[in-house]
Amino acid sequence: MKGRGLALYALAAYAFLHVPLLILAIFSVNSSRFAVWQGFSLQWYRAVADDSNLIESSLNSLIIAIAATAVATVLGTLAAYGLWKRASSWLSGSLYLSLVTPEIVTGVSLLALFQWTFRFLHLRLGMHTVILAHVGFSLAYVVVVVLARLRNFDRSLEEAALDLGATEFETFWRVTLPYLGPAIAAAAMLAFTVSIDDYVITSLVAGVDSQTLPMVIYAMARRGVNPALNAVSTLIVFGLGVLVLLSERLRRA
Amino acid sequence: MAVTMLAPLAIILVYSFLTRGAYGGVEPPSTIENYMRLRDPVYAAIIFRSLWIAAVATALCLILGFPLALFIARSGNRKNLYLGLVILPFWTSFLIRTYAWMFILRDTGIVNSVLQSLGVIREPLPLLYNNGAVILGLVYGFLPFMVLPLYATLERLDPSLLEAAADLGARPRDTLVRVILPLCAPGIRAGAILTFVPCLGTYLTSDLLGGSKTVLIGNLVQNQFTASRDWPFGAALSLALMAIAIGVLFTVRRRGEELL
Repeated sequence: MKGRGLALYALAAYAFLHVPLLILAIFSVNSSRFAVWQGFSLQWYRAVADDSNLIESSLNSLIIAIAATAVATVLGTLAAYGLWKRASSWLSGSLYLSLVTPEIVTGVSLLALFQWTFRFLHLRLGMHTVILAHVGFSLAYVVVVVLARLRNFDRSLEEAALDLGATEFETFWRVTLPYLGPAIAAAAMLAFTVSIDDYVITSLVAGVDSQTLPMVIYAMARRGVNPALNAVSTLIVFGLGVLVLLSERLRRA
Repeated sequence: MAVTMLAPLAIILVYSFLTRGAYGGVEPPSTIENYMRLRDPVYAAIIFRSLWIAAVATALCLILGFPLALFIARSGNRKNLYLGLVILPFWTSFLIRTYAWMFILRDTGIVNSVLQSLGVIREPLPLLYNNGAVILGLVYGFLPFMVLPLYATLERLDPSLLEAAADLGARPRDTLVRVILPLCAPGIRAGAILTFVPCLGTYLTSDLLGGSKTVLIGNLVQNQFTASRDWPFGAALSLALMAIAIGVLFTVRRRGEELL
């Protein structure tokens, strides 16, 4: 009896977590503008495809996310490896700090840092500042994921490679790195999703030429009812879902 | 990484002691005026409201998340599936999940449309743009952060302890209160930190679901750096926010306990 109550509760909790997005998906193929069902239609998807603003910002988002993910994955993996080899309370302290820093604080502090450096360099806010900011905040996620896998790594494997005459670089490249592969892939996935989804930090450090998809979505959401937004949301949720499932496969393999 | 994290914060620290410039920049005479302004009743009320909303959202996450974590921990070989279903929304866009609630709650939204067409209400209910909507959005957004650490501790719980309690004559409720909850304390602490800290600094949820009536610290900080162009005060506010977050972290976390 108690087990059944718990299962019913869990069902309600899962409904709470998933039904809102399901509703968006259902109404994205509704022919009416309003929250009343009037029949199936793909017109809002067509409206999305015709919206140059949405397309352009999606491209910006993709460029930013790919660039930031590549840089953050490499730097983050190296940082995690360094942290594992030589524990540093400074580094792990700043790791904790970056995980508890509210997004808005990260955003304004990066903005302040950029404006300060611009006094010495003739630069302006734009794609490059957005990419730099994204590297900054996704780095911590990469380090956490890679470090978790390193904690289970047997140090004697590295020692064996060194004893057998491998250089330190060869050891890292041919022993440690292959072991870390799945964790690095998962970390890159995480970095990509946090980067493509970010609004708060991006909106503060973006310039006129670097509107990202979340910024356009935010502006649309503030303006009010717009069924095209339901269509965009459904596409994004679906796209990210596929990406997550793929990476789960990778991780298990 | 220490550089990427600490350099921006160092700039903020310096700015918070400077004076606002005529065109929105920062200028020398250094001052603690920005910190004194935090005591202004208007700002104190915003800080207090942020703390209160974050506390309520965290408590709700704990109450709603605990049975769910218990269910997953006891679900045998389906654990991974059920756990995946909790994590899945975390991977989809936070912005879109917040927008979904706007779509559901607004005056012409689905709840009001359905109730009106059923004739239950004539005028739309004001569901959006209040504290309740913000708390709902936060609970929805951060529930997975509470469920995961709770699940991790419940999973490690030795079932023989529960049997022992039952054998010794404890009713299920006694077992829950006197055995399960105390053993789950580390998970509850980790979940509370992971939920409370982001709720406290929230910007997006309060902005979209709370409207102009529910201004929280996050919105105030954003405003100082954009519309008001008062960077030094915004910097002081950011540091106050960080100080509260770190304070919570240190009071709640026990020495040697892993947060993640």
